[in-house]
Amino acid sequence: MTSQVGLRTVPRILLALVGAAIVAWLAYKGSQNSRLFWIVTLNGITLAALFFVVAAGFTLIFGLMRVVNMAHGSLYLLAGYIAFTVQANQYGVSSNLLSGNPATVTSWVVPLAIATVVIGIAGVLMQQIFLRWNQGQDLRQALITIAISVILADQMVAHFGGIAEAIQQPAPWPESVSLLGVRYGFFRLVVVLGAAVAIGALLFLVIKLTRFGMIIRAGVDDRSMVSALGVNIQLVFAGAFFIGALLAGLAGGLGGTMLAVQPGNDSAFLLDSLIVVIIGGMGSLGGAAIGSLALGLVSSYANVYLQFGTTDLTNYSILLTFILVVAMLAVRPLGLFGRPA
Amino acid sequence: MLVVFLAGAPTVVDSFTLSQILTKALWLGIAAASLIFLSSYGGMISLGQTGIFAVAGFTMANLVHAEGGKHLGWDPLAATAVGIVVATAFGLLCGAIAARSYGIYFLMITLAISVIVFYFFAQVTTLSGYGGIRSVTPPPLIGNPVANPLPLYYTALVASILVYAGIRYLARAPFGLALQGIRDDPARMQALGFNVALHRALAFGVGAFIASIAGILSVWYSTQISPGGISVAQTINILIIAVIGGLYRLEGAWIGSLVFAIIDNYTRVMDIRMGDWLGPERFETVIGVIFLVIVLASPGGLVGIWESVWARRNRAMRGPIEGSGMPTAEALDDAVDNPAAV
Repeated sequence: MTSQVGLRTVPRILLALVGAAIVAWLAYKGSQNSRLFWIVTLNGITLAALFFVVAAGFTLIFGLMRVVNMAHGSLYLLAGYIAFTVQANQYGVSSNLLSGNPATVTSWVVPLAIATVVIGIAGVLMQQIFLRWNQGQDLRQALITIAISVILADQMVAHFGGIAEAIQQPAPWPESVSLLGVRYGFFRLVVVLGAAVAIGALLFLVIKLTRFGMIIRAGVDDRSMVSALGVNIQLVFAGAFFIGALLAGLAGGLGGTMLAVQPGNDSAFLLDSLIVVIIGGMGSLGGAAIGSLALGLVSSYANVYLQFGTTDLTNYSILLTFILVVAMLAVRPLGLFGRPA
Repeated sequence: MLVVFLAGAPTVVDSFTLSQILTKALWLGIAAASLIFLSSYGGMISLGQTGIFAVAGFTMANLVHAEGGKHLGWDPLAATAVGIVVATAFGLLCGAIAARSYGIYFLMITLAISVIVFYFFAQVTTLSGYGGIRSVTPPPLIGNPVANPLPLYYTALVASILVYAGIRYLARAPFGLALQGIRDDPARMQALGFNVALHRALAFGVGAFIASIAGILSVWYSTQISPGGISVAQTINILIIAVIGGLYRLEGAWIGSLVFAIIDNYTRVMDIRMGDWLGPERFETVIGVIFLVIVLASPGGLVGIWESVWARRNRAMRGPIEGSGMPTAEALDDAVDNPAAV
């Protein structure tokens, strides 16, 4: 028995030591150049905000329906392309001001709203046509969504090409804002972070206070009991899938403005969602928030601070993400707030 | 009979078909076999095989003479051995991490492993060259696979037979039997005193060993390896091959890879066009639709379809018999409870 306890405590002690060393290293680096440290931190937090919006939809769908939506990244990217196309074709917005208009608030909000709603509906259609009659076969459902993501990825290359595009942010908005002595991008800090906080708060309130949220919480615990109580569980599933896809769509619009819209973003954001929920625990909203923050900060710090004297290890920063996942799984195989299925 | 046919194939088909379809199908089949080994005997559907495949290929390519990478100029066979050992060790490490997870969690963790390996080689250009390592020297036994594809074909064929026989042997060995017990009921095996996590991690190591053979063959086949060739698309392709063939039948690996290689080859020259939707360059769409149809229609893949047709014919001819394919959960439970009856 004692050896069992010993085996479980050793990795925890090691992890705590490694964590302490990382914090000390960051504090040392931060004290050298606090402006840079602050900017890198903000980069991490705003990136985490975007991850959270994507992963919240992913984790919501999984939590209720046990469906791992491998096409979540494709929905994210498709939303970006739809918003970009609507903005360019309907409003004539272009980054090249000689041939197009600068974006206004309307010509940013409307394309984003259209893309978000279209993706929400696409998600429901996908669930109704392909997933509904395979309820409970989670691996088969994952394979189906993988097939859909393969088809979508290829079709997006066919229709939108392979060049990186960007949705133009409204020109009237300021370029940057001042915060604690540094200037930082307005869109990233105010719009994306604000949207993530608002969505997090809204989802929290909906799940805690409304009847729909109550049904969702009950459904996560025991689906058959909920449906035996007379709740139309299929309607709830469709609603949850709609909201989950909606969040992917909204994130696609935000990410397409903040970063870019390009092939490969689908798998990149699917991976990010996976890592976030592996860390935070599948199906937990709070876990998604903490997981996004961990992933955003780790990748942001690793890109800058993985330099020891003259040895530059920033190229290897992706390994740190891997180590983050490994460390989490070593201590908690189901993530921070995960519960057994 | 199949082996005789495959051994004689070079005399029947031209060298283009041999190289583009048969050799490719053989090494893709080995990669898919590593996945099917894990899924059919271990109950673990792994998307991490491409990551391990890549570690083997890149390790070997860096050690031998090549353009890009470290080009250390080792003997190709020694480099191959080191590549397989490194990739298997990496696989054991990944197995130790993933072994405590099941089902869909396992799928996600192994996918994360593959994608992280991809980003690692895409970012670390000292190890992957700029855009890949080209002109990788194969061992003298293989020679130049472009000029003479025969030696590589036979190497891949022998490797495939060894992998198939090896997995078949392992499935009957105590380790394989324990693994299948864990697949069916991990809690019961734990109670019987088996170390479940260790068995699963070791199985993942075996899968990694098989995948690394495929990784080495793929580098010899194309004489180069690049981050683009180990991307998520390749991960998904290996999964598609396994699913098309049949996730629970070892033969399915090579059947799926043959179908995949044929479709890959002929969609690129097909004469169908529907606007931007379909055309010779839309291979991924075609294979994606086939994948979707197979997943929706038959979870057992082509082998599953074949077996159900066969079983139906037998039933029609000889009255009811036991269905083949995956035993049902009850049949397995009976077998566990009452081994003498089986």
